[in-house]
Amino acid sequence: MWLDPANPQLNKNGELHHLLSLEGLPPGVLRQILDTAESFVGVTQREVKKVPLLRGKAVFNLFFEPSTRTRTTFEIAAKRLSADVINLAINVSSQSKGESVLDTVANLAAMQADMFIVRHAASGAPYMIAKHVAPDIHVVNAGDGRHAHPTQGLLDMYTIRHYKGDFTKLRVAIVGDILHSRVARSQIHALTTLGCPEIRVIGPKTLLPSHVNRLGVQVYADMRQGLKDVDVVMMLRLQNERMKGALLPSAQEFYKYYGLTEDKLALAKPDAIVLHPGPMNRGVEIDSSVADGRQSVILPQVTFGIAIRMAVMSILAGGQR
Amino acid sequence: MPANPLPDAEQLLASLTDRMRPAVGPDTGLVGIHTGGVWLAERLHRALGIQLPLGTLDVSFYRDDFNKKGLRRNVKSSDIPFDIDGCNVVIVDDVLYTGRTIRAAMNELFDYGRPASIRLATLVDRGGRELPISADFTGAEVSAGANESIELARDAQGRLSLQLTGN
Repeated sequence: MWLDPANPQLNKNGELHHLLSLEGLPPGVLRQILDTAESFVGVTQREVKKVPLLRGKAVFNLFFEPSTRTRTTFEIAAKRLSADVINLAINVSSQSKGESVLDTVANLAAMQADMFIVRHAASGAPYMIAKHVAPDIHVVNAGDGRHAHPTQGLLDMYTIRHYKGDFTKLRVAIVGDILHSRVARSQIHALTTLGCPEIRVIGPKTLLPSHVNRLGVQVYADMRQGLKDVDVVMMLRLQNERMKGALLPSAQEFYKYYGLTEDKLALAKPDAIVLHPGPMNRGVEIDSSVADGRQSVILPQVTFGIAIRMAVMSILAGGQR
Repeated sequence: MPANPLPDAEQLLASLTDRMRPAVGPDTGLVGIHTGGVWLAERLHRALGIQLPLGTLDVSFYRDDFNKKGLRRNVKSSDIPFDIDGCNVVIVDDVLYTGRTIRAAMNELFDYGRPASIRLATLVDRGGRELPISADFTGAEVSAGANESIELARDAQGRLSLQLTGN
């Protein structure tokens, strides 16, 4: 096996072959992705927003779970690298005919796929695909269950570095539904690897994983205490289906205690920035005046997300075997 | 330590500057290729009194060996801070060898617009071309073995020198 058995996204030379999770990626690899993305930001500001790196390569967007923004930004990124992009929403085609995930992937590989961008509701699905594809095919996890959403974590790191610079001087708060969030997990791993000394997670006890302090974060149930003097506020999306169970009384109640309002944000540093992975529930986890306010970097996050995905795809496609 | 067999880079730069001087006009734009070409272009830009701001290119996204070698680490950002359309561009690089870097640079330039003309200035020409490309302004022609590499270096005082590595 030429992939590192302990971390099957790296080859034996420590280079990225698949991107499955930010957990276990060395700081050098994370910085390489962020630095490469910086060069791609320049490309997206030109008259011709394309480079020929992935010319002749076929990138398949395999979305077993619906998504608009992530799928679209992957599609734009692949097209700006001159790849051919094929979008497949699997829940409405072969899966409903009973074809297994691996059969679907094997069929697409037979169509000369070079890269699979995978989103799946089951944690670990991209790992299973990565394990079974031919060695010249690359897999990018675009969100699997509650596990990981590495490109979102990377674009968040890019955004923080763009506005705040050095991670080793930052106090960062992650707010909301930590328990169900693959975004939060990816953020915590990346922040830790890049040397962020203080990561706080803020949320109701019912939405915090029981082992969360094992990730090296500080836990706050009181948002006003948790936001005090932070440099970065990373809001999470509250998924509506969580309201139906016993985890939360109501959206109004959540907004009262954990919604980011101007008066709560005033407790953070005056130059603190606000991030959100989208799509936002205005009036549930974030107030409109904050979402559209001067400290919000939510739309730049989307723009940087394209450059990050271009960087990931070009580093994977150019990797040595 | 054996004596450096390569010519003095500062002297070559002085003669390259003299050769380029008659060809410079108000619509001349200089574009240096990272990293050595940018060092040279900065010096030429000042010495020749070029009016358009200096452009820089990192051709990594246009290289033809991507499928063999992948993406280099530390890719720099390309930056063309003037309108390429109708401009007389001079590409500046340190060493002209196979011509593949210059091919990549021209492809990238055309993604910014349509220049009126493109010329090439290089400090040294070591032969060995694999494409129909030649320099319009050259400091000197040098010879080196196929396994040797000639690189431009810059010290803390900003002095340029040529280094021969490999054997």
